[in-house]
Amino acid sequence: MATKRSVRALQSETPLIFELSRPGRTGCEIPAHSSLAKPVSLPDGLARRQAPRLPEVAENQVMRHYTNLSVRNHHIDRDFYPLGSCTMKYNPRVNEDMAALPGFSALHPLQPAITCQGALQVEHELSKALAEITGLEAVTLQPAAGAQGELTALLMFRAYHIKHGGRPRRRVIIPDSAHGTNPASIVIAGYEVLELASGADGLMDVSALKNALNEDVAALMITNPNTVGLFESRISEITRMVHDVGGLVYMDGANLNALLGIARPGDMGFDACHINLHKTFSTPHGGGGPGSGPVAVTKALAPFLPSPVIHEAGGAYSWDWDRPDSIGHVHAFFGNFGVHVRALTYILSMGADGLRAMSEAAIINANYLRVKLGKAYEVAYDAPCMHEVVLSGDRQKAKGARTADIAKRLLDYGFHPPTVYFPLIVHEALMIEPTESEPKETLDEFIETLLEIDREAAANPKLLQDAPHTTPVRRLDEAAAARALNIRYFKDR
Amino acid sequence: MNIPKDLLYTKDHEWVRIEGDLAVVGITDFAQGELGDIVFVQLPEKGSRIAQGQSLGSIEAVKAVADVYSPLSGEVAEVNAALNDKPELMNQEPYGGGWVVKIRTANLAAEKAALLNAAAYADLTTA
Repeated sequence: MATKRSVRALQSETPLIFELSRPGRTGCEIPAHSSLAKPVSLPDGLARRQAPRLPEVAENQVMRHYTNLSVRNHHIDRDFYPLGSCTMKYNPRVNEDMAALPGFSALHPLQPAITCQGALQVEHELSKALAEITGLEAVTLQPAAGAQGELTALLMFRAYHIKHGGRPRRRVIIPDSAHGTNPASIVIAGYEVLELASGADGLMDVSALKNALNEDVAALMITNPNTVGLFESRISEITRMVHDVGGLVYMDGANLNALLGIARPGDMGFDACHINLHKTFSTPHGGGGPGSGPVAVTKALAPFLPSPVIHEAGGAYSWDWDRPDSIGHVHAFFGNFGVHVRALTYILSMGADGLRAMSEAAIINANYLRVKLGKAYEVAYDAPCMHEVVLSGDRQKAKGARTADIAKRLLDYGFHPPTVYFPLIVHEALMIEPTESEPKETLDEFIETLLEIDREAAANPKLLQDAPHTTPVRRLDEAAAARALNIRYFKDR
Repeated sequence: MNIPKDLLYTKDHEWVRIEGDLAVVGITDFAQGELGDIVFVQLPEKGSRIAQGQSLGSIEAVKAVADVYSPLSGEVAEVNAALNDKPELMNQEPYGGGWVVKIRTANLAAEKAALLNAAAYADLTTA
């Protein structure tokens, strides 16, 4: 019996939480209260007439169900997770301890500022730390992710140009290696996208930029280090060129993990950048979260920050809502506060020297992988990289195994695959970001595995094409799942 | 690689079949192969006016999203509504049932010069 149960735990047919449901079963009882009996005054058509069809299960069933699912999932607490551009670093448990302090976790967002000065101090200290790290002047902690940070900054750029130039300008430039969120944010902010081809060295083509710049250009958005893992070495010249036509420059901060304590976006001439707390500052990420994408800006842009902003005077903290040029709110209340607590914990426990050492270790780890893996895989741009390295699976494709097959085969060895098929300018791309969290032994195991997979591609490509072989579910039909998406469960259908 | 001789091409991997003042537009076999399984297509409105090189719509594949650029200027005369339910037609029959739009061309004679013939397109995909 025991064998049967443990085998079942690894098979694919784990019941859905809805299938565990039995009418009337509950995990907790809510005591009757007179206020709950009163009809709620909602407009007709908005009030629910039937109870929602939630699963009816006991607390231990819920706990076991999700614990079992977590074991079948790949996550950073199980093993190495080198997902490029995502900075899947370890999330220290001390962050969780701090966020769980009742003074933080039991707050109500509407309680008066005077009763939660400690929480406001966290917001202030974190804003100050992020301003210092980025070399910029002012920070909003509201955006919930990098993409929302991009949109927030572009809306501020728009407001800035309207205020100072009378018109919002038309166009935002991106390189063809940009994250997909960049063009999406540009369009949603009401601009046209102009995409420029990168140079043969993987860097921004400065002469193409020069030709594209004019007074219709609102901004340039660029990631630094860029998405092929290289530092944009002419960045100061680039930001100056954009400023010369009255444009602004945005740094996509997805790759900030390479820069802490070494180089600052503000010193490179950027006007704004977002900071992914869930990447660089070790807060939960990927199926967990929530994310947080604060935006740091120059003094000239500070008046346009979302309101409210935190204000400090003589050790007393308050929210400043009186901001006539603000673009308004971009998130309920003040952003994902629990994430802010975790990020500040990380910054304080690392210290300034620790943050620099962190970035240096991230860069060294990526270069170690680049040199070792370069023996079997083509390195897309063979130059010292920053915190991530982009390989091409072209050689393996010629042997009959594509990058997707390599990625699936990695699952059999217990590793999460790297980011694949991005950036789009690299054929069969494998974008590997080890982060600083991993010891050399883990990196060596990962290297040996990818070298073994290269040998397998030559000897038996079918082994890769049919991978994964050892996971709870085998290769899924991603196209069918996307074409006929069905995410609702109803027992009676 | 399937590159029909009787079609014209763009460097962005669209194909064009000229039928009088109408131009049938789709994406090439090479493009669909690079994109992989196409799962969603966003088509333009019938009657909308577009300029050469402007985005006609977008294609969502499992691994990437790509724009379809209009090879010619004109008015969208017809869109292939079958792609709404069966985007995989673009994978299966890129030069047939997977066509994207028909454009009533506005400046065909002048703009045609910017398009590639089959041989020139073949060079591009093998470069």
